[in-house]
Amino acid sequence: MLNEAASSVSFFGIFVTAAFYLAAVKLQAKTKLTILNPIIVSSAAIIILLLVTDIPFEVYAYGKPLEDGRYDGTGASLFQILLTPTTVCLAIPLYEKLSYLKKYPLAILGGITSGAVTAVGSVLTIKLIFGLNYEQYVTLLPKSVTTAIGMSVSESLGGIVPVTVLLIALTGLVGSVIASFTMKLFKIKHPVAVGLACGTAAHAIGTSRAREFGEIEEAMSGLSIAVCGIMTVVLASVMAMIPI
Amino acid sequence: MKYLSQITLITAMSLVGELFTYFIPLPIPGSIYGLVLLLVLLMTGLVKLSQVKAAGDFFLSLMPIMFVSPLVGLIENTDAYRGLVLPVLLASTVSTFLVMAVTGVVSQALIKKTEGKEGHRDA
Repeated sequence: MLNEAASSVSFFGIFVTAAFYLAAVKLQAKTKLTILNPIIVSSAAIIILLLVTDIPFEVYAYGKPLEDGRYDGTGASLFQILLTPTTVCLAIPLYEKLSYLKKYPLAILGGITSGAVTAVGSVLTIKLIFGLNYEQYVTLLPKSVTTAIGMSVSESLGGIVPVTVLLIALTGLVGSVIASFTMKLFKIKHPVAVGLACGTAAHAIGTSRAREFGEIEEAMSGLSIAVCGIMTVVLASVMAMIPI
Repeated sequence: MKYLSQITLITAMSLVGELFTYFIPLPIPGSIYGLVLLLVLLMTGLVKLSQVKAAGDFFLSLMPIMFVSPLVGLIENTDAYRGLVLPVLLASTVSTFLVMAVTGVVSQALIKKTEGKEGHRDA
C-alpha cells in the first residue's frame, strides 16, 4: 500500500531524504556520538524503509514513474545535480584560510603531499594483495578526500560510486575516532601538524574532530580538505592510467 | 537579485570547468577545474568574496544531503560489491591510520625545520 502511494506521487524521494537527514542531524546533536554520522544513519534508515515497504529504489531516486517508463525527476538524485557547483564552492573556505598557507607553505604542502601519496599508495597495496580489478581499484583510490571530490573522481575514472561514498564516510569516522590516539603515539603536538593530519586523513569529519583540539587545528584541517582533494585528483588520475 | 547573480557566477564556473574536462584528455572532473578557477579569481581579486559567499555557503550547507542517495544506492546490484568488504575495511582503518600518522609526522618535522632556521636567524 505504501509502495503504491509513494509510486503515485512526486517529491517522495526529495522529502524523505531531507526529513531523514534532518532527523539524523538532530539525533547526533543530542547524543554527541561521532559514530552516529548523519549521512550513514539517514541512508541506513532509508534503505530499511525501502526494504520494508517494498518501495522501488527508482521511485526514491528518480521520482514518480511516468507512462513511457521514465521518471518525473522529483527523486533524491535531484540533490546530486547540485554537486558540481557545490564542489566549485569549496574554493570559498579554502580562500578564507589561505593566510595560513602563506605562513607555513612548506609544512602544509609537504605534509599534505606525503599524506595523499600514502593514501594512494596504501590503496595500491590493497589492490595488489587482493588482486582487485580496475573498477574496484579506482573505487577505493579517492578514499581520503572529501566526499564531493571523491565521488566525482570515482565516477570519472569508472568506479562504483556508492562504495566510494561509503568508504569515504567510514574513513572519516575511523579518522575522528583514532585521532587522539594517533597524535599521542607519534608525538604529533604542533597545532598545525595536528590539523593537517586530521584533514588529510579524514576530510570534513576529521575537521569536526579538529575543532575540538583548537582553532588553528580546525583551520588547518579545513585547508587540507581542498588541498588534499586537488592533489588526490591529480595523483589518482595518474595512478589510474598506469597499467599495473 | 543577490542570490541570482551569485548563482549565475557559480554555475558559470561549473560550466567552464565542464568545458575544460571536455577539451583536456585527462580523467579530471569539471568541478575540480571550476574549484581551482574560482580560487584563482578570488586570489587575483577579479571576483570578490562577497560576490559568491552567500550562495556558496548555501550550497555548502546542503552538501551532506547530496551523499545520501548514492549511499542508499548500495541496495542496488549488490553483486558488484562482492569481494570488496575486506578491502573497504582495510582502506578505512589501516590506511587512514597510516595517512594520519605520515601527514602529522612529516608536517611537524617540516615546521620544526623552518622554525629552527628562523630561530638561527634571530640569534
